[in-house]
Amino acid sequence: MIRQTWWHKALNLKTGMFLVYGALNGIAYAADPSTPQVTAKSSSSAPAKPFTPPAEATMPTNDFGKSIKLGEQIFTHTQEFAGKYVGNSLNCASCHLDAGRKPNSSPLWAAYLVFPAYRSKNGHVNSFAERMQGCFRYSMNGKAPPLGDPVLVALETYAYWLAKGAPVGEKLPGQGYPKLAPPAQKADYTRGSQIYAQSCALCHAADGQGQSSGGKTVFPPLWGAHSFNWGAGMGEIQNAAGFIKANMPLGLGGTLTDQQAWDVATFMDSQDRPQDPRYSGSVEATRAKYHNSPHSMYGQTVNGKVLGAP
Amino acid sequence: MGNSVKPRLTRVFRVACVVTLTLGTVVAARADDMMVGKTIATQGTAKGVAACISCHGAKGEGNAAGGFPRLAGVNAAYLSEQLSAFASGERQSTIMQPFANLLSSNGRSAVALYFSSLPVPTGIRSNDNPSVKPSDLGAWIATSGRWDQGLPACIQCHGPGGVGVGTVFPPLAGQPALYIENQLHGWKKGARPPGPMALMPVVVSKLSDADITAVAAYYAGNAASPTSAATVGSKQ
Repeated sequence: MIRQTWWHKALNLKTGMFLVYGALNGIAYAADPSTPQVTAKSSSSAPAKPFTPPAEATMPTNDFGKSIKLGEQIFTHTQEFAGKYVGNSLNCASCHLDAGRKPNSSPLWAAYLVFPAYRSKNGHVNSFAERMQGCFRYSMNGKAPPLGDPVLVALETYAYWLAKGAPVGEKLPGQGYPKLAPPAQKADYTRGSQIYAQSCALCHAADGQGQSSGGKTVFPPLWGAHSFNWGAGMGEIQNAAGFIKANMPLGLGGTLTDQQAWDVATFMDSQDRPQDPRYSGSVEATRAKYHNSPHSMYGQTVNGKVLGAP
Repeated sequence: MGNSVKPRLTRVFRVACVVTLTLGTVVAARADDMMVGKTIATQGTAKGVAACISCHGAKGEGNAAGGFPRLAGVNAAYLSEQLSAFASGERQSTIMQPFANLLSSNGRSAVALYFSSLPVPTGIRSNDNPSVKPSDLGAWIATSGRWDQGLPACIQCHGPGGVGVGTVFPPLAGQPALYIENQLHGWKKGARPPGPMALMPVVVSKLSDADITAVAAYYAGNAASPTSAATVGSKQ
């Protein structure tokens, strides 16, 4: 509670500063035109103290609290609690660490505040629930739960609770994944493969397929049939680089250089993965429509193979 | 179509023969290693290696009072690696170093294979309560970590229930509390080598003595209630 008091005071005094930091940190969601646009130098230049979501022990235990708890369980054990909408081995918490609480790991409390939002990804204003449908369709390579489905309701309830006391409509420090400055050297697949072998393969395995134990995913597969599909945000190199820089290797976040993060993200996002569900029958056309960015390798030729080609 | 079936079947048959012979050789070699390993484990060696089971239990289940770890069902590559580290002195243990040194490399692999083949003891922790409360310190660190300090949950590398993952991340479930405590303190003191990517020294730097006691108690299978965890912790 002390932190929240501090934070509220700081917000009153320094709203402008927070907006600046928000712009530095926020990347995963479509920019709100009213947010000041700041040229990011480096994520490490934003020392702001992140918002602190409510402590776990304060979660209500009434009927509303039960929905919060269910949302948390879906988030951390997605296959177990929302299996019919999941088409891969990932959990929400695979990419949103600490059950959606960790700053710079696209925390739920920050995401909740920036919806509804216009998204260029689909060209209209998206509710928070619709945004989560996208998570299931792309990141979980599954099916979007229908609006109003108990899974979406519980997840939204959990996000709402985590965001308690935070200012609606503002991008807080720690929102999304850090936006790294462009790499000094052009990001490189071969250098990335070496970093992967040194710093990632211990857990995610040399073939990127991760590791499981007792039938449950422990280290998520990073590519291949059991990972996220080509429509997922993590398939865009700048998102992966930001996530990796801030959070990987697990427990050693921040130890890779920006250059290493760019290189290894490029390596990871230059591998085969499930087809983009918006695939139109032509890789070229699908790239032109949805992946027309230097940050997407979809439709590019790597090691003699066109990524995304059936 | 009909013409191509016969040659294909013949080829399949030949391949199957080769595979069977190769597998047969591998299985036989494995059985030999297993026998060598079992002899070392249950009888020791003429050179003076004591029978492993005298400390680690007849079924490799470990010994809570002595803090001797369970070996049954633990990954063979992991066990073998630890024996090599004892032999080189990299992992410090006055008990294990002489024994590990008296074993050949093959002997170490064989005994590791034997213990890995033993069934995991029944009745140990194999999953986590899906709604752990933060006040249950050991269970909370095990399943949620403390990310505001950058401390990952144990299960994020050692698997749900602490059952172990692959060749690198050993099981925590069913290990004596004293053993887990000794290892965590060992990393703090530098008595245990940093290990892969030096992950554990970073982890222990974020654990207090009370944390260590609580998380060790959790995986020993007698996870303490909030009050008893606090009591045990205060003894430190």
